[in-house]
Amino acid sequence: MLEMPAPSEEILDRKSDIVRRLKEVAPEATVIHDPDETKAYECDAFTVYTCSPLAVVLPSSTEEVAAVLKICHEESVPVIPRGSGTSLAGGALPTADSVIVGVSRMNEVLETDYDNRFIRVQTGRTNLSVTAEVEGRGFFYAPDPSSQLACAIAGNIAMNSGGAHCLKYGVTTNNLMGIRLVTIEGEIMDLGGPYLDAGGLDLMGIVCGSEGQLGIVTEAILRIVPKPEGARPVLFGFSSNEVAGACVADIIRAGILPVAIEFMDRPCIRACEDFVGAGYPDVEALLIVEVEGAPSEIDMQLGLIKQVAANHNPETVQESLSDEQSARIWAGRKSAFGAMGRIADYICLDGTIPVSELPRVLKGISKLSETYGLGVANVFHAGDGNLHPLILFDANSEEEVKRCEEMGAEILKLCVESGGCLTGEHGVGVEKRDLMPCQYSEADLEAQMRIKDVFDPNWLLNPTKIFPLHISGERRAA
Amino acid sequence: MKPADETELSEAVASTLQPLAITGGGTRPIGPSVAGKTLEVSSLAGIRRYEPEALTLVAGAGTALSDIDRVLAAERQRLAFEPMDHRTLLGRQGEPTIGGTVAANVSGSRRIQAGACRDHLLGVRFVDGMGTVIKNGGRVMKNVTGYDLVRLLAGSFGTLGILTEIAIKVLPDTECKAGLLIHDLKTEEAIQALSAALQSPYEVTGAAHTPSGIDGHPVTMIRLEGFEEQVDYRTKQLKAVLSKFGEIQIEMNQEKVNAGWKWVRDVETFKDRPGEVWKLSVKSSDGPKIVRRIQAEVDADILFDWGGALIWVLVAAGTGDIRRYCEPMAGHATLVRASESAREQIPTFHPQGSLHQRLSDGIRRQFDPRQILNPGLMN
Repeated sequence: MLEMPAPSEEILDRKSDIVRRLKEVAPEATVIHDPDETKAYECDAFTVYTCSPLAVVLPSSTEEVAAVLKICHEESVPVIPRGSGTSLAGGALPTADSVIVGVSRMNEVLETDYDNRFIRVQTGRTNLSVTAEVEGRGFFYAPDPSSQLACAIAGNIAMNSGGAHCLKYGVTTNNLMGIRLVTIEGEIMDLGGPYLDAGGLDLMGIVCGSEGQLGIVTEAILRIVPKPEGARPVLFGFSSNEVAGACVADIIRAGILPVAIEFMDRPCIRACEDFVGAGYPDVEALLIVEVEGAPSEIDMQLGLIKQVAANHNPETVQESLSDEQSARIWAGRKSAFGAMGRIADYICLDGTIPVSELPRVLKGISKLSETYGLGVANVFHAGDGNLHPLILFDANSEEEVKRCEEMGAEILKLCVESGGCLTGEHGVGVEKRDLMPCQYSEADLEAQMRIKDVFDPNWLLNPTKIFPLHISGERRAA
Repeated sequence: MKPADETELSEAVASTLQPLAITGGGTRPIGPSVAGKTLEVSSLAGIRRYEPEALTLVAGAGTALSDIDRVLAAERQRLAFEPMDHRTLLGRQGEPTIGGTVAANVSGSRRIQAGACRDHLLGVRFVDGMGTVIKNGGRVMKNVTGYDLVRLLAGSFGTLGILTEIAIKVLPDTECKAGLLIHDLKTEEAIQALSAALQSPYEVTGAAHTPSGIDGHPVTMIRLEGFEEQVDYRTKQLKAVLSKFGEIQIEMNQEKVNAGWKWVRDVETFKDRPGEVWKLSVKSSDGPKIVRRIQAEVDADILFDWGGALIWVLVAAGTGDIRRYCEPMAGHATLVRASESAREQIPTFHPQGSLHQRLSDGIRRQFDPRQILNPGLMN
């Protein structure tokens, strides 16, 4: 079970003073401290654990964020940065003695520059609405986490979010050109800008993915990319996970770089089929491979991919020939999480493995499923090895919750042993915090914590995340 | 010192009493020379893992780039960021290494489309200033487990740690390349043409302009890559998009296209020509204005790459710090080639704001408290 440090009684006693000071720098309506209202912030999309914060502030400018952080620093109050609260790892889970600083009101587009292909936004803006702003001119913002309708750019930067299209377009850090960062001491600095590469140490590179532990990013300059002329998928059904895995490897070896290669196993295929009736075949494993370009380019690439797949004797081949057919092929995949949710509660894991280890790891997962007596469905981005096993359980049974958490940890350890990692795109947060020593040695973690020591010497920013409590204890107490 | 492996290297660093001047292949010296004992990492060589189907390669930091290129070529793959070979520009011998490439975050013309060296890194192992071995990242495409020290180490020029092993993403090589050339454009028009090409959906992988090409006339260059049919189609499409800028010459001879882009990537136009060479990273539409400001003060030869976002500047020896002519400028300038004495006098890297400097110094103190790793190179 997840351990969180006991809140500081001394801070709880000072609540009214702290709230009063916050109201001096932020409009009264944006400082939330009534327990009935702070309850809305007791968790993010990782809902297993909850705790209401001391207060919530929703600033409307970088300067306000700076003033709020300065006060929190002076008062030695922990700060929990928050975007839209869609973290699946508990990245925005508060403690009772913390102040949540949310950027959701800061959602303006500040500058759009097609000649230089970037957009400058306030980071409370949602991921999808960045693309919405530029798609009329034929551009898009590439990182596309599946929560993109709701998730904020601030959270994307904090977690270095990915998505289905990263094999070709990269993750957030590869599409980020500049940030405006507010330090815990309330200083404002710009890192990067509308140009390429860092002029000194790449501090933006270390801030991206630091889960809100180094500062609060209030503005971002994002690279925008011309939209391809079109995209179309082909669907293959295979008799086993191994064969589907081998087919993925061969497609990549053939020199084709599909924009997405999605994988679903039988439990997931059946659930999706029951849910949306996408016309999926009843097979052990299914691949959806999508390529981009003009119609002739798509035909040529899909032709090559079908040739490669033919060597693996697929049981089904469905090439989309129209937008309508494409939508149907994607309908099942896109509803996968909803479909599984109809069957049972589930937790969604996020380990990454080398693509070459796919068959072995899938076998290991199904063995663990037997050992723990819990069902698993697999749906994931196969091209980049980012697995999303869904463990099915009954949230009303405390015993099953515990069994599910243990099994999840075993699956993630299996990913690490196979040369992979604990989290490919969701982040560590509190969810994977205690597993960090499986992947990193004490020296490795020490090196990371040394960075935080520089940006946030008193360990006030999101202090109970990423690093196991016994490892960060001395620093947090100091 | 030339440690044979990571353990020896770690011991050497832990026990040294002097500053260390770290060198890989020695092909890209930069900045004032470091007063210290030379530490060569070239023995930490060898490709330790290559999985073409996973697009992943892991190699010792001292591995020669030429070895990596050869192994990748056998599987029709490549380093997509196309690292520049500095030997031509700097008149050096030796073999560029993957460690040096990463330490200096070296990219080439394809950076504009495929990203920089740092964007292709999956993981690193390094030895910090106390001799501790640290790993970060891994060898998978997507990894957000803990802080991203990989990006921080890229471009840190050995001042935070000595790289010992690199895991890197590789990509399929392309079947075919095409060059589109437009002649005699004025600089402003040329940058506009490059921008128009980069705003198209045809995945332009090279966008350069030289105001004085091989025959002394301006040439604007655009590169397309892909499968043969794809390149044919895109060439036709892009030609139509760019026709308003002038007549488009299409070059399909693969050797000529490759030679042309190597000429851009390695800044061969400044080869064997004396003087100081600067690298400016700017907002591409600002490029022509910045160049005008420089040329109003001093004679300067120019090469634009990355759609104009990268400007190579050649000025006479003794010109001094050209940053004073560029301001105000969104971007940064690096002194890449100059005499020993000029490199002592002019800051090599762009001066940072005070908070940036304070945080950078703080990070250096954490990773190298004795200040023995290339001391003074970056500040």
